[in-house]
Amino acid sequence: MYVAVKGGERAIDNAHAWLAEERRGARDVPELTIPQIRQQMALAVNRVMAEGSLYDPDLAALAIKQARGDLIEAVFLIRAYRTTLPRFAASNPVDTAQMALDRRISATFKDLPGGQILGPTFDYTHRLLDFTLMAEGAPEAPLPGQPPVAADGDTPPHLPHVSEHLNHDGLIEPAPQGETLPPDLTRSPMELPADRALRLQAITRGDEGFILSMAYSTQRGYGRTHAFVGELRLGRVAVEVDIPELGFAVEIGEIELTECETVNQFKGSRSEAPQFTRGYGLVFGQSERKAIAMSLVDRALRWKELGEDNIGAPAQDEEFVLMHADNVQATGFLEHIKLPHYVDFQAEMELVRRLRAEAAAAEAQQHQQQPQEAAE
Amino acid sequence: MTDQAYTFAYLDEQTKRMIRRALLKALAVPGYQVPFASREMPMPYGWGTGGVQVTAACLVPEDRLKVIDQGADDTTNAVSIRRFFARTAGVATTEATAEATLIQTRHRIPEQPLREGQILVYQVPIPEPLRFLEPRETETRKMHELEEYGLMHVKLYEDIARHGTIATSYAYPVKVEGRYVMDPSPIPKFDNPKLSGNAAIQLFGAGREQRIYALPPYTAVVSLDFDDHPFTASKPGHACDLCGAAHSYLDEVITDDAGGRMFVCSDTDFCAGRRREGHQGRLGGQA
Repeated sequence: MYVAVKGGERAIDNAHAWLAEERRGARDVPELTIPQIRQQMALAVNRVMAEGSLYDPDLAALAIKQARGDLIEAVFLIRAYRTTLPRFAASNPVDTAQMALDRRISATFKDLPGGQILGPTFDYTHRLLDFTLMAEGAPEAPLPGQPPVAADGDTPPHLPHVSEHLNHDGLIEPAPQGETLPPDLTRSPMELPADRALRLQAITRGDEGFILSMAYSTQRGYGRTHAFVGELRLGRVAVEVDIPELGFAVEIGEIELTECETVNQFKGSRSEAPQFTRGYGLVFGQSERKAIAMSLVDRALRWKELGEDNIGAPAQDEEFVLMHADNVQATGFLEHIKLPHYVDFQAEMELVRRLRAEAAAAEAQQHQQQPQEAAE
Repeated sequence: MTDQAYTFAYLDEQTKRMIRRALLKALAVPGYQVPFASREMPMPYGWGTGGVQVTAACLVPEDRLKVIDQGADDTTNAVSIRRFFARTAGVATTEATAEATLIQTRHRIPEQPLREGQILVYQVPIPEPLRFLEPRETETRKMHELEEYGLMHVKLYEDIARHGTIATSYAYPVKVEGRYVMDPSPIPKFDNPKLSGNAAIQLFGAGREQRIYALPPYTAVVSLDFDDHPFTASKPGHACDLCGAAHSYLDEVITDDAGGRMFVCSDTDFCAGRRREGHQGRLGGQA
C-alpha cells in the first residue's frame, strides 16, 4: 500500500536506461556523429556555444547529441562543464575591425568602402522545403553558383567598421574606451545596477528567444529606440593572450563571431546633444538574430545614461531583463515544480480546510439568524 | 571524463573557499543574505544547487551525510543528491538523523532534535522574504538595510482582516535575533519553532538567486505575529497511521478512489525508528 515513494533509487536507474535508449532511437538508423552535428547543425552548435558561454564546437555538438537536440538542455550541459574548468588567463580584447569577414552588410549606406558582402545567409532564400535534401544517399548535386570562398590565395577582407565613417563627422557618439577590467558575472554575483559591460555579458549568454522578444517589443513601441543596422558582420577573429614570461601576446586560436552595431536616432536630451547613438551586439558563431536583438536591447537599457525617459517598458527595465534572460536558471526553476511538494501542499490543504470550515460555520450562523430577522 | 577528474565533492578548491567565506560572513550576521558567486552545478537550478554548493563547501572526508526531501530519505531528488556526494566525495551516508554529521534538507527539519556539531543545510528557492511584496532586489536590499519591515506586517494584517488568520502555511517569515526578517525556506510553519535555539548550525543556500544565509547554534528566531493573533505551529489533527506519533508532521496519502486517506509521518527515519521501538498506529500492522 504505502510504497509510492519507495524504490526511488531503482526508478532513477531505470529512467536513465530508458532515456539512453530513447536518445539512440531505432538501431537500424545510423548513429549521428559529432562531426556531422558540428558540420551540418552548425547554427544549433553556435547557439549552444553562445548561451553556454564556451567556445568549443565539438563539446557543443556532443551536448546536442546527448541532449537529444534539446538546445537548452545542451546549454546546461556545457555550463555545468564550463564551470569546472580552471582559468589560465584572460585574453586581450578581440579586435573585430581585424575580422576575417565572411559576411558584412550595412542597412544605412547603399555602398561603402569594402562593399556589402552577403555571405552565407538565409536572407533571400525562398522558404520552400527542399525535398532533394530528403533523398539521402543520392549523389550530391554540385553547388549552384559561385563557391562560397573567394578565389585562391585571396585572404578574406579586413574592413573598418561602418560606424567609423559616421564617427569622422561627429554624427555618432564615440564608442567608449574603458580601461577598467569588466566584471565577470560567472565569477561574482550579479550586482544591480549593472554597468554596460555586465549587461552585455548577461545578454550575450541570455536566451535567444527571450532577447528576441525583448528586442521585438521595443520595435513595437515598448521603449522604441529607432534602430538601423549600421553594420552586421560575421567572420573570424584571432584570440591573443599576453604571456608575461615572453612580454608579448601570442595568438592561441581563432573564433567565429557575429557583431551588430545599430545606429539609433537620438534627438538629444537634457544632458546630451543630438547625435546618433549606438547599440551593440556580439555573439559566438553565426548568430545574427541574437546579435541584432542584443544590440536593440542594449540600446533600450541605456535610457538612463542618455537622459531619456523611462516609459516603463519591459526592455528598459534592467533588473527585469537581466534577472530573467538566463534560460538555464529559468528552466531549472520552472521545472523544479515537478519535484515533490507534499509537505507544502499538506500545509496548504490544512489551511484551506480550516478556512472552509470557518466559512461554512459563519454561513450556518447567518442562516439561523436570517429567519428571525424576516419574522421581525 | 572520469569522476577522478573532479576534486573532492565536485567543486574546485577556489570555489569552496569563496563559499566558505560567504558562510562565515553569514554566520557572523545571522539572517543576513550574503551574495555569493553561485556556480552552475550538474543539476538544475531550483533543484537544490544552493544547498549542494553549501554542502560541498562544508563536507570533509570524515563526514556522514544524510539527505532528505519532504522529510524523506527515499524521495527521488534526495536519492539523487545523496548519490552525487557518495560518488564525488566518497563520504559515508546514512538515513539516521542521529548518526549524520551533515544533513541536507528540502522543506523539513527532522523531528528528532539536532545536537551540537551537526550541520543542517537547507535548499532555498527564493531567499528573499519580501520578494512577493516587492519584486525588485534593489528595493528589498534597501528595506533590509533600513529595517523597513512594515510592508510584511501589513501583509500579515491583511491576511487576518480577510481570512481571520495569517494565511501563510509554509515559508512562514521569521525575525532573527531581533534584526533581519528571514525566509526559513518552504518548511511548513509546524517546523518554525525548531529554528530557534537549535544546537546545530543551520545554513541556507540559494543557488539560482546567489544568496547564502545562516543561523549559528542557539540563535533566537521568532515567527512574525501579533499579540492578539499569536503564531501557532499547526499540523493535521491526526496521529501517524503507521507509528502512532501524535506530534510529528504528517503527509496525507490517498489510498483509494473513494476518499480513503491515511496520514503518515513525513520524516521517514523518525517513523521507522518509532516502529522499530514497537509503536504502532491505526494501520501500523498492515502497512
